[in-house]
Amino acid sequence: MKFEGKVYRFGNDVDTDAIIPARYLNTSDPEHLGKHCMEDADPSFASKVRKGDIIVAGKNFGCGSSREHAPIAIKACGVSCVIASSFARIFFRNSFNMGLPIFESDEASAEIKEGDTVEVDAASGLIRDLTTGREYRARPIPPFMQELIADGGLMEHIRKTGGI
Amino acid sequence: MTIAEKILAAHTDADGIAPGDIIKVRVDVALANDITAPIAIREFEAAGANLADPDMVVFVLDHFTPNKDIASANQCKMVRDFASRCGVRNFFDGGEAGVEHALLPEKGLVGPGDLIIGADSHTCTYGALGAFATGVGSTDLAAAMLTASAWMKVPESMKFVFKGKLNPWVGGKDLILYLIGKIGVDGGLYRVLEIEGPAIEKLDVSNRLTISNMAIEAGAKAGIIKADDKTLDYVKGRARRPYTVFESDPGARYASVTEFDCADIELQVAFPHLPENAKGISEVGEVRIDQVIIGSCTNGRIEDLREAARVMKGQKVSKGVRCIVMPATPEIYLQAENEGLVKTFLEAGAIMGPPTCGPCLGGHMGILAKGERAVATTNRNFVGRMGDTASEVYLAGPPVAAASAVTGKISSPEEVES
Repeated sequence: MKFEGKVYRFGNDVDTDAIIPARYLNTSDPEHLGKHCMEDADPSFASKVRKGDIIVAGKNFGCGSSREHAPIAIKACGVSCVIASSFARIFFRNSFNMGLPIFESDEASAEIKEGDTVEVDAASGLIRDLTTGREYRARPIPPFMQELIADGGLMEHIRKTGGI
Repeated sequence: MTIAEKILAAHTDADGIAPGDIIKVRVDVALANDITAPIAIREFEAAGANLADPDMVVFVLDHFTPNKDIASANQCKMVRDFASRCGVRNFFDGGEAGVEHALLPEKGLVGPGDLIIGADSHTCTYGALGAFATGVGSTDLAAAMLTASAWMKVPESMKFVFKGKLNPWVGGKDLILYLIGKIGVDGGLYRVLEIEGPAIEKLDVSNRLTISNMAIEAGAKAGIIKADDKTLDYVKGRARRPYTVFESDPGARYASVTEFDCADIELQVAFPHLPENAKGISEVGEVRIDQVIIGSCTNGRIEDLREAARVMKGQKVSKGVRCIVMPATPEIYLQAENEGLVKTFLEAGAIMGPPTCGPCLGGHMGILAKGERAVATTNRNFVGRMGDTASEVYLAGPPVAAASAVTGKISSPEEVES
């Protein structure tokens, strides 16, 4: 599985209220959530992001609430994957469970610039910045997570194996 | 082994667990609210199976309730209908509902040694009772509804020891804000905070719940305080299931051990827009405010209301400030009424609100306009958390919140004349 898209950059500690403000949590409709994705951090984000684009952020991306609406909103607005130097732990779980690919790399997080075109190979964790030609290696995804992703998320995994 | 490792070991069939292992664990309680349950129910129903155990599922309609609008009313109705259809008895709605993390300990649904997951990040609150409790997403919750189990990565633990005597008015909120100020909002990422020491032993259960509640604000998976006599006094007569007290072994391994001297800890205020921006009250300066919120899963218990009332008794809320007091559960509300606290708040000019998460997450019942500032006893002060993106939230404990309501600026209770 490969992703290629234009990069939108955000800083450290992007919280779930920035990703999808609580005022929109009176629904869980992905299309509605996608329209308000990142609204309080960048009000124009949802209107300019194109299918396949990639979010690159600093440390502790997705901190705050357990709302699964956050990875849902990111996926629904067209973003193909998120690269950050670290992720908040509930967001980390939710992303895998929802099938939003996320990658941890300090170097990619530090060096990739807004507007660069980036290609990510999910299987190998290889991140290539096609604008600068630089390559980065994301931390390997734990084997158990790889199984979940291969099965299509947590619920599919349960359906397939009869348990966790 | 640490407490966290022992509780996980007691809930898994895996042998010899160690930090970093991914294990399957049995879950004692699976909790969701009116925001997170609808997604979990949809996922669960798509799987087309039965609840593994209806009695381990707990639903509390507390976030956008009393129903904020049509959309939130529909979400509540969906959960209500599901609970009724599937025989979920631990369903709390209307006058039985309170802020979930104040309600579950009060109802004895969580206790020492339990493994609890909740589709709400502040599920870590129950760590104060010596349980392993952590927030998950709705899909994890749906999986637990189906299988009564979850996958967990065994976390490392960080030990924090609070020594010495607490300064006047300083409570659990100040200790945890101080801690988060020291380690940062990702200082405990993927780890367990194990909190102990002579100062913690002296704290009542309510103040301990406040500490564990905010473990997630340091990025932690859980915030555990070992159960002692105070804990057992609290759970006695409430617990609905047998409980087990675990203690860390003397040789348990920690990622770090940090000691704090409580003599160094004054009343804390976390400045916008992260809980790690904690400052001592003496460093705050002149910060005028428009609103005060006293309540939430962090500080909405009877002990919190007593402290706030002690400051506000015979005082008036400053002209132009809206002070909203929300007892976290119906039982706490009734107790506050019986103790005369409600009268104190109303006579001071405060607004009494229903038990709800409401303004804490900018849901309803206390939203801030552009440029407005609030002091809140809640747990998050992110951009836009309580309203407009150009509003500000300052986090503090009940004594500072109540004093600030009276003076109209962020104040220590000592600044309020009695």
